[in-house]
Amino acid sequence: MAEKILDVKDLEIRYVTDEETVKAVNGISFTLEKGESIGLVGETGAGKTTTALGILRLVPDPPGEIVGGSIEFKGRQLLDLTEKEMRQIRGGQISMIFQDPMTSLNPVMTVGEQIAEVVLLHNKISKAEARKKAMEMLEQVGIPGERCDEYPHQFSGGMKQRVVIAIALACSPELLIADEPTTALDVTIQAQVLELMRKLKQEYNTSLILITHDLGVVAKICDKVAVVYAGEVIESGTLKDIYTDKRHPYTIGLFDSLPDIENDSESLKVIQGMVPDPSNLPDGCKFHPRCPHATEACKTGVMPSIQVSETHMVRCNRFSAEV
Amino acid sequence: MLKFIIKRLLWIIPVLIGVTVIVFTILYFSPGDPAYLALGDNATPEAVEAYHIEMGIDGSYATRLGRTLTGLLTGDLGLSYRSRTPVMDELLVRFKVTLDISAWSIVLGIILGILFGIVSALKQNTIWDTLATGCALFGISMPMFWQGLMLILLCSVYLNILPASGYGSTWKQMVMPVIALGVNSSATIMRTTRSSMLEVLRQDYIRTAKAKGQSYYLVIMRHALKNAMIPIVTVIGLQFGTLLAGSIVCESIFSIGGVGKYLVDSMNSRDYAAVQGCVLMIAFVSAVLNLIVDIIYTYIDPRMKTMYNSVKSKKPKKGGAAA
Repeated sequence: MAEKILDVKDLEIRYVTDEETVKAVNGISFTLEKGESIGLVGETGAGKTTTALGILRLVPDPPGEIVGGSIEFKGRQLLDLTEKEMRQIRGGQISMIFQDPMTSLNPVMTVGEQIAEVVLLHNKISKAEARKKAMEMLEQVGIPGERCDEYPHQFSGGMKQRVVIAIALACSPELLIADEPTTALDVTIQAQVLELMRKLKQEYNTSLILITHDLGVVAKICDKVAVVYAGEVIESGTLKDIYTDKRHPYTIGLFDSLPDIENDSESLKVIQGMVPDPSNLPDGCKFHPRCPHATEACKTGVMPSIQVSETHMVRCNRFSAEV
Repeated sequence: MLKFIIKRLLWIIPVLIGVTVIVFTILYFSPGDPAYLALGDNATPEAVEAYHIEMGIDGSYATRLGRTLTGLLTGDLGLSYRSRTPVMDELLVRFKVTLDISAWSIVLGIILGILFGIVSALKQNTIWDTLATGCALFGISMPMFWQGLMLILLCSVYLNILPASGYGSTWKQMVMPVIALGVNSSATIMRTTRSSMLEVLRQDYIRTAKAKGQSYYLVIMRHALKNAMIPIVTVIGLQFGTLLAGSIVCESIFSIGGVGKYLVDSMNSRDYAAVQGCVLMIAFVSAVLNLIVDIIYTYIDPRMKTMYNSVKSKKPKKGGAAA
């Protein structure tokens, strides 16, 4: 058994404003081992990004607030660390690739400076060495090193995303969080970026949390999957568990909504209804208003988490009888 | 870049010609003959005629306008009707005084404005923010002449610590005019800094910088401030122009022999050559200031530099325009 690197338990994050309390994350739990990668899958607004920001303790405060749970990284409780200790972890041991490469880079700094900045923060080296390292990182992600004195606006979208990846990988982090790294890119660039991430992951043996709503991307890179709905993990397991033996009605709906080229039906299958408003979540199973199998029992109480197999967990009433 | 500067410098020429024509025309149609003011009401027609020729104010509208414009090309602004000395010489002496006071005022304005602007942006919606914006509102609402008079009342009449008027014999004479002018512009600079900082702090690249493990202070100073500076520099340039205009009132209140006071005195004694010279001087300085602001932009924002250099860019930049 490999070494456990990250253990998130019952994480709860809320955005509190005068008008309402948005329950973005409601008890998400998952674990990750060294070199392993997990895909957090779910619709927009399910709390995936907030979970990632929570791990880095970068949830904007106010209005964001981590109200409960624990995040253990290599045996250290991240929620108890001081801001200064946390800064050493950010960018050094845990780093993050952000969703939108167009706005994630500082427009008035050269890309070289932006990569060197993180290198200088976490290594005791000179500026010249940091610059050299920055050029190396650019080469690694497939950008000529001499372009390190150029500004972000001189790069295309895909290249900017590569720069963002170079920043995230510059200090060889042990955990990489990639928040929809390919959503803003077109398909050919997506494939290149994914290939690059997979290569770098193997090279550095980095653990990866991949946040996405693209099930194809997950199948390509991840070992494990956690399906997130309304701030909860409703089903999790290995890639095989989820792709061949999916149990939760939501997961099934999610897979069904993928267009199928062989079964050429007139309209796309969709999951009926809307993602619940996180400031006003339904009681019981958060999915019951949209669930085709919902019964009276689903409308109240806490849904049990059922181990279908050693690796496969599902949070649904339908399977409680089986255990 | 050099080409851009030269082009902009050349643009100042038509601006000055336009200003000259407008000012000349207005003054041409103003009632009153300066000859009678200079020679007394009982001057003989011959003496008046001789005075007109000496001052260069004989002949038709067109000949006088032509004379004024050719004079402008050689840097000759004509003779002052009162002292019969070249207006240019008088202006240069006084301009140093005005520039001195304006420069100190804008320095004060920048320091106070940016400092309070940053503080109130970082402490948004706290007591510090309310205090700072309150002070700024007060500073904007208070007319400069009233502020100047109150300062004289407080510092010279009651406390007797600063001289009420004059310039040049001691630095103490500078204190009140600089405060009166500087506080006014700091209020505007502060409000711009605040809103610009708030805007920038919400940007994704600030989160990227935090995710690198950068300290809060450096995130603000290195990443946020430089991006926020673009609108601030614009406002500072505009404020410097306003300061020059404000110096007319300020110099009159504090009896300072600068361009502003010279302008007011010249108007009172119908010294039209001097009035015209003053207006031209202020127009020229404003035009140059605008140019300086535009040049500073290119140092703050590399995107602008690319824009100015776009004609002779070395390599084709793919996707640069889209960014």
